[in-house]
Amino acid sequence: MKRLIDYTKILRSKNAGPLYITFDLIFNTREDMIYVSRRLTKEQISTAYSVPVEKIDVIVYEVVNSIKITFPRKNISGSLNDNDVYGCQQHKPLAELEIGE
Amino acid sequence: MKIVALNGLLGYGYSEEALNIAFSEKVDYLGVDAGSTDPGPYYLGSGKSFTDRSAVKRDLALALPRALEHKAPFIIGTAGGAGSRRHVEWLKEILLEIVSEKGLSFKLGTVYSDVSREWVLEKLNGGKIINMSDGMPLTQEAVEESRTIVSQIGIAPIIELLKRNADVIICGRACDTAIYAAPCIYNGYDAGLAFHMAKIMECGAMCSEPVAAADVMQAYIYKDSFELRPANPIRKCTVDRVAAHTLYEQSNPYLIFEPDGVCDLTNSKFEQVDERTVRVSGSVFKEAEVKTLKLEGVKCSGYRTVCPATVYDGETVRHFEEIVKTVTDFVKENTKKTLPQNSYRVSFKTSGGEESSLGVIIDVVGQTQEIADTVCALVRSRMLHCDYKGRKSTAGNLAFPFSPSDIHVGEVYEFSVFHLAKVDSLLETSKIELEEVGK
Repeated sequence: MKRLIDYTKILRSKNAGPLYITFDLIFNTREDMIYVSRRLTKEQISTAYSVPVEKIDVIVYEVVNSIKITFPRKNISGSLNDNDVYGCQQHKPLAELEIGE
Repeated sequence: MKIVALNGLLGYGYSEEALNIAFSEKVDYLGVDAGSTDPGPYYLGSGKSFTDRSAVKRDLALALPRALEHKAPFIIGTAGGAGSRRHVEWLKEILLEIVSEKGLSFKLGTVYSDVSREWVLEKLNGGKIINMSDGMPLTQEAVEESRTIVSQIGIAPIIELLKRNADVIICGRACDTAIYAAPCIYNGYDAGLAFHMAKIMECGAMCSEPVAAADVMQAYIYKDSFELRPANPIRKCTVDRVAAHTLYEQSNPYLIFEPDGVCDLTNSKFEQVDERTVRVSGSVFKEAEVKTLKLEGVKCSGYRTVCPATVYDGETVRHFEEIVKTVTDFVKENTKKTLPQNSYRVSFKTSGGEESSLGVIIDVVGQTQEIADTVCALVRSRMLHCDYKGRKSTAGNLAFPFSPSDIHVGEVYEFSVFHLAKVDSLLETSKIELEEVGK
């Protein structure tokens, strides 16, 4: 089965301030964006990152064929348990999600 | 009106040739962002900058004479990386060095945006604090243990200094957008366009191809649109790149939240004007009824000593959890009469695993540097020689890349305040100064 990263041109994570993490998925085509946006579920994201479904925001930004996902960081940037101050290496679990037919 | 962004972060560098091109025509305003919370809470707490002093001086020294020559006010946001009083003074000292070396003179405006614990407590008790995340409500204790708290200013204090004819403006903690939006709004341009343009400009040439935070960017603002074109001829702005930039580091690509209100990009239009230029229109600003300023505060959580090491032996990697438990128990037992058990905290930051090697950083945070050193040394030595069943590599478990193996990191800070405060005036937290410098 194809993974999310196989559909995207850009897939990245980054802090949106120290309390939130945001993910940008940019697709080559509008069709890919629509295909993924209809299949990718908040439940999948919730499981991959152990974050409650209701805290996850998913926004389709059609202008550049993209999907944005934002949720609160488990550990605030730079706190004692944090391992990624800039949050730019948190995309792996998302990249590997399987996107069904 | 032409606005130039020196780059995405003062001290990250830019092409001098690109700066010359930008100034080969009349420039009305020059701006640069000098800070960010991305590098974490340490810098606000310690008063240090995450940017390098000589790199900051180089970036300033090339640009300052050109800005003065063009009578283009030069606006610098979030001085010193974190924007507290100490950071502003650090940047001011560098600026004054350049002034005396180059024999310059001008009107220098400064905005300090620190707030006192008392001010924040008054806001908290008056119900004027808004949480930015459910997970971090503001408490009296969090305010009281904060070492430094700053407010993130918007356009108001910058406009105030432009009115008073400041040639250079150094800001404490400021919204990145305020640097570029303030001069446009001061000159009567549409706030929706001004904030959208500013949001893109604050990252320098990040919105161009090839992408670079470390280069000069140019914006031209008109009555009903603005245009973006990188100064460096090797770069170009494309509709995709410019539109995509509003995704970057933002929680919502359609809305930019400002102290004054919200900039709505739902109906923004992007057009390619020529190979290197993009025109943007349709962005709309909605003024907020209640004005807010974001507060950022940090507390000191102790002192850190770390020891980085690698485990290459697969058998040792497989027993790593068991080793951690043995070591942790040993340290507890060993220090029970000499150290209060809440005076230190040990954690193991690992990467890799059984398929390859295991990288580990022994991370100790203690109430004093001495405690952190003592505990880290104990953990390191016990871990090095920790036995496990079937162990063949009995000479040691850890490969240390350095001698000394333990590194004293010093004070550790954590964010304690990251909240919005409702204010009656957006100048409420600004301390504005204006002075003649040089000659």
